[in-house]
Amino acid sequence: MALLKVTSPHATGPMSTQRLMQLVLLATIPGVLALTNYFGWGTLVNIIWACLVAVAAESLALMLRKRPISFYLNDCSALVTAVLIGIALPPYSPWWLIFVGVSFAILIAKHLYGGMGYNPFNPAMVGYVVLLISFPVEMTMWAAPKGAFVGSLPSIADALGALFMGRDSIAAFSIDGITMATPLDVLKQNNSLMVSDIWAQNAQFGHWAGIGWEWVNIAFLGGGLFLLWQRVFTWHAPISMLIALSVMSALFYDGGSSASGGSPLFHLLSGATMFGAFFIVTDPVTSAVSNKGRIIYGASIGILLYLIRVWGNYPDAIAFSVLLMNFSAPLLDYYTRPRTYGHQPAKKPKGGS
Amino acid sequence: MRKVWDIHGGVHPEENKQQSNQQAISAAGIPEVLVLPLSQHIGAPAEAIVNVGDKVLKGQCIATAKGFVSVPVHASSSGEVIAIEDRVIAHPSGMSAPCIVIKTDQQDQWIEHNGIEDYSSLEKKALLNLIREAGIAGMGGAGFPAAVKLGVRDDQPIDTLIINGTECEPYITADDMLMRERAEQIIEGTKILRHLINPSEATLIGVEDNKPEGIAALQKAAEGTGIEIVSFPTKYPSGGEKQLIQILTDKEVPAGGLPAQVGIVCQNIGSVVAIYRAIKFGEPLISRITTVTGYACEQQKNLEVLLGTPVNYLLQQCGFNPKNCSRLIMGGPMMGFTLENTDVPVVKTTNCILAPTAKEIAPPTPAQACIRCGLCAEACPASLLPQQLYWFARGKEYEKLEEHNLKDCIECGACSFVCPSNIPLVQYYRASKADIRQRDLDAKNAEHAKIRFEARQARIERLEAEKIAKREARKAAAQAKAASASDDKTAKVDAVQAAIERAKAKRAGNTDDKPTRESLEQALASVEKRLASAKEKLAQAQQQNSDKVAAFETGVEKTEAKYQQAKQTLEQFIAANTTKENHQSNTETSADNSNDAAQQAIARAQQKRANKVELSPREKAEQAISSLQKRIEKTQQKLDIAKAENSDKLAIFEDSVKGLQDKLLAAEQELAKLPAAEQTPETVASENPAAKTKTAKQPVAGDDVVQDVIAQAVAKRAAFSSMSDQERLQNAVDSITKRIEKAQDRLAKAQAEGSDNTEILAESIDKLTIKLSDAKAALTEKAQH
Ligand code: SF4
Ligand code: SF4
Repeated sequence: MALLKVTSPHATGPMSTQRLMQLVLLATIPGVLALTNYFGWGTLVNIIWACLVAVAAESLALMLRKRPISFYLNDCSALVTAVLIGIALPPYSPWWLIFVGVSFAILIAKHLYGGMGYNPFNPAMVGYVVLLISFPVEMTMWAAPKGAFVGSLPSIADALGALFMGRDSIAAFSIDGITMATPLDVLKQNNSLMVSDIWAQNAQFGHWAGIGWEWVNIAFLGGGLFLLWQRVFTWHAPISMLIALSVMSALFYDGGSSASGGSPLFHLLSGATMFGAFFIVTDPVTSAVSNKGRIIYGASIGILLYLIRVWGNYPDAIAFSVLLMNFSAPLLDYYTRPRTYGHQPAKKPKGGS
Repeated sequence: MRKVWDIHGGVHPEENKQQSNQQAISAAGIPEVLVLPLSQHIGAPAEAIVNVGDKVLKGQCIATAKGFVSVPVHASSSGEVIAIEDRVIAHPSGMSAPCIVIKTDQQDQWIEHNGIEDYSSLEKKALLNLIREAGIAGMGGAGFPAAVKLGVRDDQPIDTLIINGTECEPYITADDMLMRERAEQIIEGTKILRHLINPSEATLIGVEDNKPEGIAALQKAAEGTGIEIVSFPTKYPSGGEKQLIQILTDKEVPAGGLPAQVGIVCQNIGSVVAIYRAIKFGEPLISRITTVTGYACEQQKNLEVLLGTPVNYLLQQCGFNPKNCSRLIMGGPMMGFTLENTDVPVVKTTNCILAPTAKEIAPPTPAQACIRCGLCAEACPASLLPQQLYWFARGKEYEKLEEHNLKDCIECGACSFVCPSNIPLVQYYRASKADIRQRDLDAKNAEHAKIRFEARQARIERLEAEKIAKREARKAAAQAKAASASDDKTAKVDAVQAAIERAKAKRAGNTDDKPTRESLEQALASVEKRLASAKEKLAQAQQQNSDKVAAFETGVEKTEAKYQQAKQTLEQFIAANTTKENHQSNTETSADNSNDAAQQAIARAQQKRANKVELSPREKAEQAISSLQKRIEKTQQKLDIAKAENSDKLAIFEDSVKGLQDKLLAAEQELAKLPAAEQTPETVASENPAAKTKTAKQPVAGDDVVQDVIAQAVAKRAAFSSMSDQERLQNAVDSITKRIEKAQDRLAKAQAEGSDNTEILAESIDKLTIKLSDAKAALTEKAQH
């Protein structure tokens, strides 16, 4: 018997980082299915390609940094980044767009900062924003949802073709109207119609928000609740973000006038709201750590999200809001330290630094 | 049901208690050899009082407590001492320490011992002493001497006595079995403690709700005693002292403080039983219940183990299979430490031997990166941010660590337990704590050295500057004199200076006086106070497991010695003085025989008057000045005290000092005017007394008693004033030199002892040196004139 010398505690909990990441991947499934159902195979193709690129980029980075590759690949964090980017990018994006985004996320946003756990910014969102700024046209070509246009969704073969040869070379994409402004765009550009008129005049609006979008959001909400139940993260950041967003949209709903920013329900079920709330905002590495900090962090993202959606230059704003708050996370941590047992009252932080 | 509160964080590891709590407690038996470490507790190791070859009986004290925070060690069975040497002991570092090794004779023969029927008739001190002499140290894990914990100061009222039966660590069931099988002893012991502590509100026994049998047994035994059994939800680490206090009372022990500060005293259930046996039967602590568990053993059970029994002896009895064992742990899976050697003995704090298979406790996996998931912060019962601490610990940012209250980490391991990345967080904290302690120690030493060096430098510079100033003043004086011989201002200044010197010398003489009873009593009181505070500090350090314990211990011992010394001096003084006083009154009565009291009074009055009459204006002025100076000094002293105490009389004192100084100035000016009228003050001063003596002597012929007394006084006075200033100065110089020598002696001694008086002594030497140089300067000036 080799009597080992190990320090306490000897018992360990059931959770592992790898398992956490796998749960996150698992929880994206309903959302991805909903996306595929309404927008076709594009998202799935995005995700698969992104995962391949991510594993390659991660291996390369680990090799360059002389780290054990399989040990770190095992934590599945690269896959999570890839899946998140795959979901966030418009379906049927060209291969190089995804390649650039994922490589940038993994190599620059993650490993250049020291790898897993050290990155101050959410790699997926960094990759997304880089693409959005560099290739605005490709990044805003969202496919129209099934039911909003005549004709059927592109097939798998079409999707793959679009990935590698571009949409222009694929016949299925020549139909006019297969890409369409998202409901968020429509509402933002509107300045003459009542909200109810918009609903009547635009095919892409559904029950509460955009066709498809509402169900995609509900699916991501389901995935998020699953993760909450599994205690992968705490409720603080996502719920406070959703509440802040609802409050903001309620304040500026303006009775559905032409100046309305849209109803709370519309905002909650539009664009990347739920995806952002449960899969981006909850990224542990780049958010605040204390519970109080997370509430502020989430709520700030909710407010920023609304401001940028309604008055900013970009239709959806999860990425920008999250990155902005990534900046301030350390500061939040600094000022929201919990009161330690036996300290009355909490130690006041001294000065800046 | 009593209300209970929740603690922040906490975790729910698999309990694994059912393996070992199925069987009744059985005796482990007597091993061939017992290894009894001299240090089985927090605090100073005990001191062996047996020799190799001595025969010892069961329960015989073989090592006595050394110092305040220490407990004795007793032979746990009869036999022969075969060695007193370093053996590997139960310690996380696997270190060796002095142990007494006894070869047992299997007779298990008890030494004669007697219990006390009625403990309530005993004084608190006597009870505490019994507990201490029985060698009882906290049996819950920390091993803090029970008597120290129970010896709360009278000025700290205790409202709640808490008996800790939580046993929140997985696998361990020693306390559980104790409750089931010996509930009456627990209750009886608790009664003793209640008598000792006399809590004003409640006596509680806290038990986690996963021990229903234990709770039932306790409740039955406690019926009608007023002792409350409180159960609360199972959660690790509810059994931590601070956590249990929070659960039962919603109070938090202040950071760095003791439970007594919030009116609580805590004791472990095992210790309570030990105390009961010590008081009731006079049995010292020589055995304890230890859980042997884990699936690498065939049987998991609780054993009543003689202290000093080697672990392998226990493992053998339980069918230990080393091949299956992933690691051998002393203590529980959350806070226990691994053993590398199965020879280590069971000690007072050993509650569990855990031999898990790899399936139960997997070999450690490599740590992954921290993903800042915050699970650790959720789990931390102290509401710390473990991931931040980890970050800072890796970066060796000690200031940040302290700012984030690393000190308040109780090393419970909840954070590491939940960490998905398997980071051994607690290991980082332990290392950082050790580093910080070392750093603080170094910094303190460096700071001391620096202060000493600077003080010395300043001293040298000051003396140098004073020398130069004096030299220059002298030069200036000489020049002034040469410039105008008639201008004898300098002479006047010298005279004033001399007067000041005299006053100072006199005062110096006074302070050199023999100690008075009050001063001795004061000293005694202050030492007593220091002793109390030193003890408190020590207790705190021990509770926090600080490694300053040793330092505090020596401190306490030294202070105690000083205390004894001061007491002795006082007693001697009192004894000596009573005889002296008797003596004095004797002589006085004899004097009364010849002179009656009234006459004496008259004589004194006349003497005084005579003195006054005889004084020349100059002398009067000088006297006025010195008395003023004395008053200034006194006021200054008061002022200093006021300043130190931040008293609001500060302004008043300052005013009066100013007023007195003004008066002094005026008096000095007057004095300066005088010589001009009397022309040659020196000759007047030296001639006058002779004349006075003559005139005063005449009445002596009259043979009047009164006149006689007056005459004597006058003679004395004359003798004094005939002493030239120079002589007086010389006297002053001599006395100061003597005092400096004495002070230096004391300083050397203090330094050798490492006493904290060195600073004060060094300062007083400085002052004396300055005085000396002043006096010398005055003397040389006098000599020059
Ligand atoms: S539990 Fe582990 S991984 Fe999570 S924040 Fe704490 S240290 Fe980091
Ligand atoms: S070991 Fe320290 S930091 Fe970790 S949970 Fe316990 S008290 Fe908190």
